[in-house]
Amino acid sequence: MELMTRQETWNITYNHALGETASWFYAQIRDHSKIYGRRCAATGRVLVPPRSFSDQTLEPTTEWVEVGPGGRIEAFTIVYEEFQNLPPPPYAFGYVLLDGADTALGGYFKGLDLTDPAKAAERLKMGTRVVTKFAEQRTGDVLDFWYEIA
Amino acid sequence: MSTDRVGIIGIGQSRFTARRDDASYPDLVREAVVLAMNDAKLGFDDIEAVVYSLSPDAMVGIGNAERLGVEAVGARNKRFLRINTGGATGISSVAAAYYHIASGVCDVVLTAGADKVGECGDSQTVLNKIWDPTYERQLPLGTINMLGMSAIRYMDRYGMTEEDMARVTVKNRRQASLNPNAHLRKVVTIDEVLASRYIAWPIKLMDCCPQSSGGGALVLASERYIKQHNLDAVWITGLAHCSESYWLGDRMGKNPAADHADAFALGRSFQRAYKMAGITNPGEQVHVAELYAPFSNTEYHSIDAAGLAKPGESIAMLREGQFELGGRLPVNASGGTLCTNAIAVTAMIRVAEVALQVWGRAGGHQAKGARVGIASGNGGDHQFFGTMVIEA
Repeated sequence: MELMTRQETWNITYNHALGETASWFYAQIRDHSKIYGRRCAATGRVLVPPRSFSDQTLEPTTEWVEVGPGGRIEAFTIVYEEFQNLPPPPYAFGYVLLDGADTALGGYFKGLDLTDPAKAAERLKMGTRVVTKFAEQRTGDVLDFWYEIA
Repeated sequence: MSTDRVGIIGIGQSRFTARRDDASYPDLVREAVVLAMNDAKLGFDDIEAVVYSLSPDAMVGIGNAERLGVEAVGARNKRFLRINTGGATGISSVAAAYYHIASGVCDVVLTAGADKVGECGDSQTVLNKIWDPTYERQLPLGTINMLGMSAIRYMDRYGMTEEDMARVTVKNRRQASLNPNAHLRKVVTIDEVLASRYIAWPIKLMDCCPQSSGGGALVLASERYIKQHNLDAVWITGLAHCSESYWLGDRMGKNPAADHADAFALGRSFQRAYKMAGITNPGEQVHVAELYAPFSNTEYHSIDAAGLAKPGESIAMLREGQFELGGRLPVNASGGTLCTNAIAVTAMIRVAEVALQVWGRAGGHQAKGARVGIASGNGGDHQFFGTMVIEA
């Protein structure tokens, strides 16, 4: 027999409040091209991205600490497949331990040729030094910065 | 803890495929429920509670689809709740059914669900939404690239190669070819896996699970009820969960408590389940394992976390054939999550397959002489690791 289908689309717009910690963090990126983490007083760990409390002690973090702009690659991937509602491939992104931070911050890797997967992966291998670059026009967002091989 | 054991007395699962256009979502749930009820040889009046296994609503495109499924599981006028722990949902649902019985509240509990991931069109669009909208949603995160980054770290730490990853696919596809319920049953070679296109380096198409449609159901009962009614059963002798913190970037950097290469909390979860079951040397005492691994590379850190290998040694042990059907300790004899992933019930199928194995009912993919088995389910980005020990 003929089997039929019906198409449905979900398209919902949210306006997420970022809270005090992320709002301050993004204002520094937008206005000064600087990245900050929050220090946990008990352990001394600098959490990037900054969080208002430590996951280990559940106590409030106490201090803003500037980190980067240099850092080292902790993880990466290079995406070659197209996914709905995600950027057109190829693109590389991953996590970088910025100088002065204890945890890694996600961002795009730009400025390298991704045509040959093995060659691109070799250039992005773990431990590679990178530097943070900032867009000229900044809105206060993660996409205001990216990483390039130092 | 109750001394009365909890047994599995009925198992139902679909023949999983990409699409099931012949069945609506509740039709698919009912299909598995009928199979499990027939297997248990019970009527719906015997069921006291139903735990509904359903991962993110957006995967089936129906908000709180457990409402739509309430009739398909026969839950009208019964205790009814829904469990969602992402990829771990199925094993968490079995755990919730177990706790209903172990608490003494119920004697017979059904858990069931279904998924139609193929109707979603692109599950990574849904899975991208598990990342926080403050710092990380802007990045193109999904479960494939999340676990691709785990592969990068596992390679760096333990020397895993792309060929080692391919070897997992080859093993699991061969095993799936023996399991009529598996979705991807075509045998492949290492060269074919290596030649498949990159999705997210180093994960290639054939390192990935499919988007499957199908249902799963289990009937659990108290030992007292099973003995009173002279029913056949296998026993859940250990179970646990464990969580890791939220931020992926915290599992790297300076001295992380848990490394993104590994499945630290899965290891903790297994240790808890083993303690409950009295297992002190899993490498010797476990005969068969169904470990949730949707991408080839994650089977290695799951084997490590289950204590079946020292961290990283799983690579050489798998190469030697130790985890093959017919080998020393078969892992994912059903073909596993890599060959079938109907997300809402995937981790339940891990439990079901281990139950079939220790029951001696696994048919063409039976591991000879299996009496003690383990199952796991992973959900979120390391927040939900469910584990179970099941014995004949």
